Amino acid sequence: MEATVSNTGTEGKVWGGGNKPLGASYGKMMMWFFILSDALTFSGFLAAYGFSRFKFIESWPIADEVYNHFPGSHGDNPMYFVALMTFILIASSVTMVLAVDAGHHMNKKKVTFYMFLTIIGGGIFLGSQAWEWTNFIKGSYGALETKGGQILQFVDTRMAEGDEKMKRVSVEDFATASHKERQQHTRSKGLWFTSESSLPEYSVQDVVTAFNANQHLAVRTQQIIPNIEKLKASDNPADIEKAASIERLYVNADQTGQKGVLTRAESERALKNAIQYVKGANLIHNEYGNRLFADFFFFITGFHGFHVFSGVVINVIIFFNILLGTYERRKNYEMVEKVGLYWHFVDLVWVFVFTFFYLV
Amino acid sequence: MGHDNTHKLEIFQGLLKFKSNTQKIWGVLIFLSIVTIIEVGLGIVKPKFLTEWYPLGMKALNWIFIILTIVKAYYIAWDFMHMRDEKSSLRRAVVWTAVFLICYLVFILLQEGTYIEGVKANGFVKWDF
Repeated sequence: MEATVSNTGTEGKVWGGGNKPLGASYGKMMMWFFILSDALTFSGFLAAYGFSRFKFIESWPIADEVYNHFPGSHGDNPMYFVALMTFILIASSVTMVLAVDAGHHMNKKKVTFYMFLTIIGGGIFLGSQAWEWTNFIKGSYGALETKGGQILQFVDTRMAEGDEKMKRVSVEDFATASHKERQQHTRSKGLWFTSESSLPEYSVQDVVTAFNANQHLAVRTQQIIPNIEKLKASDNPADIEKAASIERLYVNADQTGQKGVLTRAESERALKNAIQYVKGANLIHNEYGNRLFADFFFFITGFHGFHVFSGVVINVIIFFNILLGTYERRKNYEMVEKVGLYWHFVDLVWVFVFTFFYLV
Repeated sequence: MGHDNTHKLEIFQGLLKFKSNTQKIWGVLIFLSIVTIIEVGLGIVKPKFLTEWYPLGMKALNWIFIILTIVKAYYIAWDFMHMRDEKSSLRRAVVWTAVFLICYLVFILLQEGTYIEGVKANGFVKWDF
């Protein structure tokens, strides 16, 4: 043995791992490194979202116009609901850290109570997210999609005094669905091994006919109006040309940062390219604008929601362990601290999702 | 584990000192709520001078949102996740790894996104057909 083992002279020192160089138990340290790797996964998703957004910087949907629902209230309420969700998650983070603190004092009653509140908070958050998804999937206005995958929305050109922009009009409010022979093919109606998703409620022709009959409507495109004055002052002839074409196409060319509304003649021309009616959102079509927008919404908030869900499940398991007195017997509540780390991480991720989906 | 005295109870570089860990938790909650309220308020009002001013190529408002988000993340990690009480070796191993890799990833992807946008806007390819 003497001949094969060489001593490095660092035994017992930090370099030799002697006095716990990281000062944390194995479980806690590994939870931190798991969180590190999960944080990198989430930043990969959010950075990919940023990539697509920068790629379509001039046509990305405006978050305030998409997420504008609040329970029990109609009309335009941007931000309030996600702000509420953020508070719920931060609050459940606080009850979690209070549970950890009570654990340090070996106070079983308090740990139980705070863990219970944390689980309730997580449940409320998941419910809120389900409600958010429902609104997103159902949609509210409907739109037409063109051959090139562009979304054409409808607005009322009559603006009331004090309005900043033209009000959106729901397709259901002006179009009437015509009678159709075609029925949704389900497994019960034909070949049992084939089926299709539900058919659009309106045909393109229904919408176009109704649009032509109503002079107050106009088409709103995905284009975000750039700063026209700046383009005009540019030395680059391409910029001046772009400014001229925006002024020719859009009636609101002076509203920098808003979605462009086409003139009536251009609206009618744009509708010629429409191929289908879209309401709400799925992974292929959505009424809000760019297709990737809905994909990223489902994927990132879904992945986060899945983390919250698994966090709740783990919290429930730990909750029952506390009730059974497992940690009382173990003489420490470190397990609560470890799931606490995961739970706070979920909150941490939401802070970033909130910023990049709803604020920026 | 006699854990009671191991918490560092100061935040804001010692500007605010709490008496107990529980009190610090509530203090941090109040601070995070204030930051969130400021974010939401700015998101609803969208002051014009902040949306029209572009320091370093991005709207000033967006800079504010991102900086406030990092501030919130800092306090969640440092006080709720007790990073403040960990050894500097663990803290650095976790935090700097994430910071370096995320900065690199974000830089590459946003740079390329901007490049592709330029190709779409100025190249001879029709995208909306």
